[in-house]
Amino acid sequence: MDAQPTKLRIEPLLWLLFSAGGGVAAFFIPIHLFILGIAAPLGLTKATDYASATAFLAFPIVRFYLFVLCSLPLFHAAHRIRYTLYDGLQIKHLNEVIAACCYGGAVLGTVIAGYLLWSFQ
Amino acid sequence: MADTIKLEISRYSPETDAAPHFQSFEVPFRRDWVVLDALNYIKDKQDGSLTYRWSCRMGICGSCGMLVNGEPKLTCATFLADYAPASIRVEPLRNFPIVRDLVIAMNDFMRKFQKMKPWLIRKEEKPVSEGEYLQTPEQLDAYKQFSMCINCMLCYAACPVYGLDPLFAGPAAIALAQRYNLDSRDQGAKDRFPVLSQHDAIWGCTFVGECTRVCPKHVDPAGAIQQYKLTAALDWVKSVVMPWGGK
Repeated sequence: MDAQPTKLRIEPLLWLLFSAGGGVAAFFIPIHLFILGIAAPLGLTKATDYASATAFLAFPIVRFYLFVLCSLPLFHAAHRIRYTLYDGLQIKHLNEVIAACCYGGAVLGTVIAGYLLWSFQ
Repeated sequence: MADTIKLEISRYSPETDAAPHFQSFEVPFRRDWVVLDALNYIKDKQDGSLTYRWSCRMGICGSCGMLVNGEPKLTCATFLADYAPASIRVEPLRNFPIVRDLVIAMNDFMRKFQKMKPWLIRKEEKPVSEGEYLQTPEQLDAYKQFSMCINCMLCYAACPVYGLDPLFAGPAAIALAQRYNLDSRDQGAKDRFPVLSQHDAIWGCTFVGECTRVCPKHVDPAGAIQQYKLTAALDWVKSVVMPWGGK
């Protein structure tokens, strides 16, 4: 806790991703769950079949939005799972491995989401 | 309802005991008694060697914090009637070294408090003749909640991160730093930044939120820490985007 000279720290970046991911997940995922999971099966909305839903992907802004929606919550989950494993299971000595797996998984998921959204025709 | 209630109290004497053990006491059950009343009854009538801290018995001195059935509580505000007829287990606060019976050592806590520079820092003090530093009700509201802390240490006993990492600055100390950072009369936020923006301070917190849940004064230490994380993260963004900016 003693004041040390400021070095390049990754914690603020990880926390920003965590926090942004939590915000995105909390605000937007319920909307998608409602539209696709409740409203569409009950016939409350029009045009939610596969063809019309994917037609939205013609808009670059939609692709970007979906990319953010996939990526940020992955970093949120990675951060939370990392600390749950680290503190919950008391496996401090595996910290580097856990961090690499969690954030690595989030990076991998982000790359896959980006690739799929980019290459979707 | 029974006219007595059983208390199982953690006893520890460093001269004779290798580890704390429980001792049972039967005390009269009275609806208007709190756990502290029962402890005082035991000390007066049954065992004068029982050791614990207390002072005001009205939830303002912050001395009588203990674990009641495993939960950090101010014993002066915890009624026997809420637990009766079951017995009540009283232990010293978790995560601290035990001095004797229910008394814990608070040296670490006090040291962490001092590190936060919990006083008004001014670049230049104005002379007394110019009067006091004025503050609007809105400026008071910005930090008032965090100033309600009574240093009872319940949040430290509740915090699993402090339990795992004794170097962690802990909830109350960070909330106190934020209490001064948010005070319109204070100009010391930059002095506190290097202490707060550390792995052992705000970044150590994993936002379990137990500190806020157990706080008897409804301070929100978890909120203070998250607030400061945002401040520090934005400062970090600024230092990445504008490395020449300086502080």
